[in-house]
Amino acid sequence: MLRIENLSVSYGSRRVLHNISLELYSGEVLALIGPNGAGKSTLVRAVSGVIPVDSGHILTNDLSANRSNDFSRYSLNLLSLSSMQRARCLAVVPQAVSLPPAFTVWETVLMGRTPHLNFLGQVSARDEAIARLALQKVDALDLAERRVGELSGGEQQRVLLARALAQSTPILLLDEPTSNLDLHYQVGFMETVGALAAQDNLAVLVAMHDLNLAARYASRVALLVDGEIKAVGTPRQVLTPELISSAYHLHVQVISHPFVDVPLVLPGDK
Amino acid sequence: MRIRPYFYTLSFLCVTVVLSIAIGSVFIPLTDLGRILLGWLNREPFTEPLKTFAFILTDIRLPRTALILLTGAALGGSGAAYQGLFRNPLADPYLIGVASGAGLGAVLAMSIKWSYSFWGLLAVPVAAFLGALLTVFLVYTLARVGKTIPTTNLILAGVAFGSFATALTTYLMLRSTGELHRAIAWLSGGSSQAGWEPVLAILPFLAIGLGVLLLSGNALNLLQFGDDQAQQMGLPVTRTRTLILLAASLATAAAVSFSGIIGFIGLIVPHVMRLWFGADYRRLLPLSLIGGASSLMLADIIARSVMAPQELPVGIVTALVGAPFFLWVLRRAKNQGFW
Repeated sequence: MLRIENLSVSYGSRRVLHNISLELYSGEVLALIGPNGAGKSTLVRAVSGVIPVDSGHILTNDLSANRSNDFSRYSLNLLSLSSMQRARCLAVVPQAVSLPPAFTVWETVLMGRTPHLNFLGQVSARDEAIARLALQKVDALDLAERRVGELSGGEQQRVLLARALAQSTPILLLDEPTSNLDLHYQVGFMETVGALAAQDNLAVLVAMHDLNLAARYASRVALLVDGEIKAVGTPRQVLTPELISSAYHLHVQVISHPFVDVPLVLPGDK
Repeated sequence: MRIRPYFYTLSFLCVTVVLSIAIGSVFIPLTDLGRILLGWLNREPFTEPLKTFAFILTDIRLPRTALILLTGAALGGSGAAYQGLFRNPLADPYLIGVASGAGLGAVLAMSIKWSYSFWGLLAVPVAAFLGALLTVFLVYTLARVGKTIPTTNLILAGVAFGSFATALTTYLMLRSTGELHRAIAWLSGGSSQAGWEPVLAILPFLAIGLGVLLLSGNALNLLQFGDDQAQQMGLPVTRTRTLILLAASLATAAAVSFSGIIGFIGLIVPHVMRLWFGADYRRLLPLSLIGGASSLMLADIIARSVMAPQELPVGIVTALVGAPFFLWVLRRAKNQGFW
């Protein structure tokens, strides 16, 4: 659904991303992991068109075509689109920090419909129905009339997910959505994301820190270190003691979850 | 909930407009106002004292009321836009220096001996607009750190540049010889500018400026989430920001051109409207226009009644009410995360 080819990004003279190539398929959750400063957020910002890129392509299917993972049909370069057009292809869920507190949840989610509105910003009954459905999908319909500032961090994060869903895009990028949440909300949030990817056939990229959460809920994992993709594959393939130890400069052990077939990463020597 | 805010604010505006027309050095009773209105509708000649009243209405009260109405709307609307644009509850045309810059431009234009014609008058808002733009650009550049504009930097740069422009304005006024009376009249608030010409001169600027602002409610809503998120939701951020900034500066310049520098309306009105009617800029912008017009009208009525027949500069009244309110907002912003 999304294909990143040889993407390079710099902040000033410092190169932050080197020749990143990555493919994201419909119906999957791809976890982007890596140490602080590796460039996870930069990748999300570059793909969403917020920062300029030095070189490379970001391709997606033609919007009129059916969602497919047939790369020969990739024709649309996201970088050449206007922000309005791009926002119809791809939605971003940022970390829920410093949100404008005075808007209601309903107002916030409805703003996700922006790329589908006319220049007057008139909201139709259909837009409202889509926003309501989005709130339903993240199980936050009962919050609609509340002000965003009154919500807990976990609730705010769900509202931002609903706002992204209201954009009705085939691609979803999430930038460390679970970093400020407690265990209960982390698990609940990732359960929701996984279910959405499967049911709505969305292509989902999640930048995240928690390796075990990634192992549990991502179909594939990409390891980003110092602006380069070091490994892409299933959690079993990427979350190995060798790769993780060298990426994080830390001795780790990888064991199997006692009940579920996923790896568990634990810090420490033998 | 959708209709009510407009009902309340528009009713209040109507009351202030009627009061503004009736009250002055000569009081025109409401019944006489009605009779004059009927007379105009029926095209009947007036007898005294209605004849005098009608003259006062057309040549003094109505143009003044119209000018105050437009000025207040411009200040309220541009105040709301600046606050939304800078995501800062303290930004208003006065505090970030735009009004002072526009004032400097206006006085520069007045110090040149234009004939007192419509086209001569038009030079004043044009110069004020250029002054406002230059100020925005300077303050913006001075306050910027990387891609962000920290609150403290913005206010400090704005206040510093504002004082500089005000000082220069005062100097120019003391120096100028020919058209001094016009500059002084300007300083004391545009009330002394009689006739319809000033109203007509600022009307095109206001129509464009406020027209754009009224259409930018949705964009300002999105900008509240920060530039990144606004763009990810599909807003062309740089272009939109520039457009709103130009429109707000145009409105500020028009307001300042003939009414002098009137502080606090642009600050207070959007805050009150936000507290009462919510943070949605699609509603906040029109309500701030209406609220700005009615509150400046009220201030003007007070300014010309408390020491009648002498008039207070309307800026004194807005500051007397505005300063305590400003302090209260500061206090409240600290205690509550309303913004």
